Amino acid sequence: METHEETPIIYTMENKPIVTCAGDQSLFTSLYTSLAQQLPKEPMEWRRSYGRAPKMIHLEANFVQFKEELLPKDGNRALLTFPFLHIYWTDCCDTEMYKASVKDDMLRWQSTLRLHGSVDWLIVVVESEAKKKNKTNILPRTSIVDKIRNDFCNKQSDRCVVLSDPLKESSRSQDSWSSFLTKLRTLLLMSFTKNLGRFEDDMRTLREKRTEPGWSFCDYFMVQEELAFVFEMLQQFEDALVQYDELDALFTQYVLNFGAGDGANWLGSFCAPVKRWSGLLLRRPIDMEKRELIQRSEASLLDLRSYLFSRQCTLLIFLQRPWEVTQRALELLHNCVQELRLLEVSVVQGALDCWVFLSCLEVLHRIEGCCDRAQLEANCSHTVGLWTYATEKLKSLGYLCGLVAEKGPTSEDLNRTVDLLAGLGEERPETVNSLQSPYKKLNEALSSVEAFEKHYLELSHAAMEMYRTIGRMRSSRLIGKSLAEFYMKKGVPERAEGFLDDSLRSYVAEGWSLQVTHTRKQMAECQKLLQQTEDYLQTSALLAGDANLTEEERRHFCQEILTFASQPPAPSDQTVALSMAAFAQLRQMQFSPPGAVVHVGAALQLELRVRCLMPVAVQVEQLAATLHFSLEQGGARGRAGSTQRRTGQGPQGQGDGVVLFPHGSPLAGAGLGAPLPPALELYEMQDRSPSDSSLNSTGVVCKNMHLLLRRHDSSASLDTPTAGALPAAVAVDDGAQMLRARDITLQPGDNSILFTAPTGEPGSYTLRQLCGSVGRVQFVQSHIYPVVQYEVYSQEPQLTIEPLSDNLLAGIPQKVKFTIATGHYSVKKGDALQLSNTDSMPILHSSCCSATILSSTGERVGERALSVQSSEKVTSISLPPTPPYHTLEFQLEVLCHIPPTPFKPDIEHLTNGEVRHRPKSHSHADSGMINIDQKVSIDCPWSIYSTLISLTFYVPFKAKHSILSAGKRKYIQVCLQNVSDTNFHLADPVLTERQPTIPVELLSLNAKTQQTVCCQQSVFCLWEMRWVKHLPLCLQCAFSASFAPVSASDAHTSFKPYRYEFQLDRVSTLYSLKAEILPPSGDQHCRTGALCGLEVSITRQAEPSETEGEEEESTEIEGLRTTKLMYEVVDNSSNWAVCGKSSGVVSMPVAASATHRVQMEVMPLFAGHLPFPNIKVFKYLPHSAVPAIQPDTDSCLENDTMSLLDKGLDDQGDTASIRSRGSVHSVGSGEQQREQQRGLPMPRLEPFSPGQVFYWSQGRQVLVLPVTDDHVMEVNVT
Amino acid sequence: MAVCIAVIAKENYPLYIRSVPVQNELKFHYTVHTTLDVVEEKISAVGKAMADQRELYLGLLYPTEDYKVYPSHMIKNMAVTNSKVKFVIVVDSSNTSLRDNEIRSMFRKLHNSFTDVMCNPFYNPGDTIQSKAFDSMVSAMMVQAS
Repeated sequence: METHEETPIIYTMENKPIVTCAGDQSLFTSLYTSLAQQLPKEPMEWRRSYGRAPKMIHLEANFVQFKEELLPKDGNRALLTFPFLHIYWTDCCDTEMYKASVKDDMLRWQSTLRLHGSVDWLIVVVESEAKKKNKTNILPRTSIVDKIRNDFCNKQSDRCVVLSDPLKESSRSQDSWSSFLTKLRTLLLMSFTKNLGRFEDDMRTLREKRTEPGWSFCDYFMVQEELAFVFEMLQQFEDALVQYDELDALFTQYVLNFGAGDGANWLGSFCAPVKRWSGLLLRRPIDMEKRELIQRSEASLLDLRSYLFSRQCTLLIFLQRPWEVTQRALELLHNCVQELRLLEVSVVQGALDCWVFLSCLEVLHRIEGCCDRAQLEANCSHTVGLWTYATEKLKSLGYLCGLVAEKGPTSEDLNRTVDLLAGLGEERPETVNSLQSPYKKLNEALSSVEAFEKHYLELSHAAMEMYRTIGRMRSSRLIGKSLAEFYMKKGVPERAEGFLDDSLRSYVAEGWSLQVTHTRKQMAECQKLLQQTEDYLQTSALLAGDANLTEEERRHFCQEILTFASQPPAPSDQTVALSMAAFAQLRQMQFSPPGAVVHVGAALQLELRVRCLMPVAVQVEQLAATLHFSLEQGGARGRAGSTQRRTGQGPQGQGDGVVLFPHGSPLAGAGLGAPLPPALELYEMQDRSPSDSSLNSTGVVCKNMHLLLRRHDSSASLDTPTAGALPAAVAVDDGAQMLRARDITLQPGDNSILFTAPTGEPGSYTLRQLCGSVGRVQFVQSHIYPVVQYEVYSQEPQLTIEPLSDNLLAGIPQKVKFTIATGHYSVKKGDALQLSNTDSMPILHSSCCSATILSSTGERVGERALSVQSSEKVTSISLPPTPPYHTLEFQLEVLCHIPPTPFKPDIEHLTNGEVRHRPKSHSHADSGMINIDQKVSIDCPWSIYSTLISLTFYVPFKAKHSILSAGKRKYIQVCLQNVSDTNFHLADPVLTERQPTIPVELLSLNAKTQQTVCCQQSVFCLWEMRWVKHLPLCLQCAFSASFAPVSASDAHTSFKPYRYEFQLDRVSTLYSLKAEILPPSGDQHCRTGALCGLEVSITRQAEPSETEGEEEESTEIEGLRTTKLMYEVVDNSSNWAVCGKSSGVVSMPVAASATHRVQMEVMPLFAGHLPFPNIKVFKYLPHSAVPAIQPDTDSCLENDTMSLLDKGLDDQGDTASIRSRGSVHSVGSGEQQREQQRGLPMPRLEPFSPGQVFYWSQGRQVLVLPVTDDHVMEVNVT
Repeated sequence: MAVCIAVIAKENYPLYIRSVPVQNELKFHYTVHTTLDVVEEKISAVGKAMADQRELYLGLLYPTEDYKVYPSHMIKNMAVTNSKVKFVIVVDSSNTSLRDNEIRSMFRKLHNSFTDVMCNPFYNPGDTIQSKAFDSMVSAMMVQAS
């Protein structure tokens, strides 16, 4: 550290508090070395006034010989030169000598001190053994020390210290040293406290006077700085810094007050015009030149600030806080500029720039001087601000002095430069020899264009590099941009381009539109100079559509493009492809028809709404969209599949063929926020099982997940192409199919363009590129998103026949609808459908048949008459001519005849089969509706194969017959059940015998000839049979009736026949059965619990005919033909208890009116009108007979022959058990019986046919009285 | 008071930016944009400690010769999401009478007004702010200066 030659005492940091030494100088000199060493060794605690924290300090002192001049005179408040302690040294041990000289000397010393008011003194008496021995006349009792204490230290005995044998290495000597040093330190500190306290008080008083007129800041400054110096001297840098900060704040406040109109007189000196701008000087601890200026109140504001800062800087560096220096430096520089402005100090233009530039560099140099490289690099963030500031200032100086202009500086510029350099003054002696001083740099930079460029670039790059290292990319780019401006000024656009591009990208990425516009304008200029035609045009296009620019500017850029476009193309260069995004925005596309699914060759129009961003109308020669054609979703899939896919268009596709393009993303060029994330595109997803199309799962799928979840890189996510970044795929391939529109004028704003889409081939067409040609320029949008596509399908002609109503009913005319989807086939005149006739289903053709023709969109096109011609085998329907992809619909009436016979199991089987195939005809299948499948074979004109179509008809009725008997008389009942959902009129029910071998008269007992059968209701018809001789064994009957739906208008024609055929066997009554219940004898009525007699009489009604006789097993016993019958009394309702035997076998003589009576006993279990127990009769066949059990399905007698077998019929006497219910048969017993049947021959029972046995007492009841209660209840009362 | 007030989205694009001397608009845009560097640096440096603080005032971060730029940022619903919206107030540095707590109160006002904007159900978070109420509040803060 350099010291100033002329003023040697202060101002080096070797300053120490002054301690004067009087007395024996040679003695002191001998002790000086060890004293100076020992003093700072141990710290002392310094307790301070005003509540300041005590501090441990290491004391040092500057020992000087006592001179009277050293003592401060009144009013001199210089603290640095102030002697804090006065020491008198003596080694006198001789009383005589003491009295003779030393005492007087001491007295003189004391009086001088007292004269100057100094009370901080100390007398050191050095004792030495050697000296004592030499002297003989030592007073043993009173030593010199005591004498001195007596003489000088009235009450302050501690002011005299003994130092014994200081130069010897003994413990005594060490003890005395340490006590001496402690004393010395204590006294020193006491002196500090006292003197500094007094000083501070004075200082404060002075400060309080600052409002008084004569007060001067500079004077006060010098006072407080004195204090700072002392703290610095005591190594209390923190405290020293506080003093300067206080001064700084005070000054700042004055300046602010001045700005607020409260000016102080002394500020006038600081308002003087700035004449020197030599920058900060930080190389010296104290800049004496400036200090003197301040002392003389001649300092300018910059001088004061510079000096203040240099002191703060010095102290901060002592405190190891270099980064605070940089921060404060930047604040200071900003502040100074502001203060000069505020104080309205006149400054030569550029002078401040010089000052700031020099100061920045000076601070940086100073910092570099005290830190190593690694530290510097790690703390770029602290220094970079200064670097930038210096760069800025140098740049503005460069512009000011004409160093940036292409032509170089003018003479005016040179004059200005000279003035500025003059203000710098001479270079300081410290830096004269260094090569890189700020002074030299500035001098050099301002001296020539080349040097300026060199320095400016150096600084800029350094600052940019630093910003980049600490990740402040925006700041770095801003410098880069100003560098680009510099290059542009210099006429080196190729260098500017990179910086501009970098900045532009970042602004675009972050969506700062004004910057984008500004930088893009610079870019355009640059590209124009570089003759990058394509990039320039692209940038121009973006600028022409930029809303931030004025109309005029936009027109200019638009004109640039149009001018280029209209130039005749040179043979070498091709058309220039530019991005569409800058030129126009897609708004929406709309298909017409909206489904965007059309058949081959159909007209499909696409309306494109485009917002043209250009400021003027642009004539576009051709606007073309290339199509990507793929077969994958071609016509084979037909219509259903494609429409389904269409509906899932998501947020853009609105189902009506409109595709909206999102606004935000493509217009980042125009300035709106590009970073908006794309909207979620959600689709419904349904997973159906392939077999029965039931829903397995459903969910929501996000289709643009790849866009949403991708990483957001700041650099990579530039969607919009900036200049030169157009994708290479712009090349338009001409072979592909295109949507074209020619010669359109695009007005600024929204335009609508109509395209006709090619529909030549089936498949799916996707719009890929959009390209607008304006002369040599093509605007290309390489992707159209969201995907716009349409489908063209091709369809095979198709014929469907379906019933108009839910179900086709057999027997009555039904309407069926023929639908012909013509597909790609065009129905020509003369084309006819050939239906092969079947007998069971004639086609009823009416003359007024007409066909409707519908277009593919379901629009009704026309209606044509249809002619139907029937020949014997073929019904031919001639179709009206129909264009392709239309639908032809017409209706025909068909009739399906009801097969007459009751359908036997094979038809039943068919029904079952049908049920399995057609689950939809549920209710009718359940209700037992019989259906008939009718296959229709149709020859279509478009196919060589016949189309086989199956129609299912349902028979509306179900018939049942039964035979009823009354004695010998017979009745036939037919039950007709309407199983359909239609109400019918039923007319003329007729029962006829089909093969009347033996004439039987059937007498109708039905009252009405016509009646209504409601749906699901039944009608019963009854006929009595009359015959002459005897009934035939087998009777074949046919029931027929006509029916017509109630709703039918024309009652006569619409009545259709219904026929039901059936066969009756063994109808005539063979036996009649009569039962009688007799009350017990002597009683008039039956009573419960009393046995009653049951008399059953079985009477043979007729002799069997010859045919019947064959069936009946008869045996000849004693010349009498008898047949065996088995009877059984069963009471199913638990009313009766059959007592004794309940069944038995009787032999009936084969003769008319032969009667057999059987007596049994029954007991009524309840009172009331009880129905008679059931009595059943069976044929009893011996075992030899061949079993011929064929139970008639229509039999009303449901008998189980088996159940009787296990009763052990041979053992009749044991069957007297009470059998209330016939529920004993089990599977096991049944199997057993069958085995018995097979194994050993058993007698069999065979039921009679219905009607063969007539029960007289069917339904009869007998009155049973309750039994008189003869129970006696004994009641004993005690 | 203020010469430029900006609200900047999490993604660093301006949601709102207005400055008083219109001719200097571009300069303010550049300044505010560059400030983001310092704001980001500060936020990442302070990091988690920031979340506990209620006051998100970052202090004078980006002084320039002509202006003092006071950025602040906002963490909305601290527990759930960081909206990381940043507010920047640029003050003319010749305006020396402005105290720190005045700047704070300006930010508080700005913040409250912004919260109102966010509460508007018709406002789409991320859109530029076009609320008239917000605009007039900002104007009021700027007018006080002149």
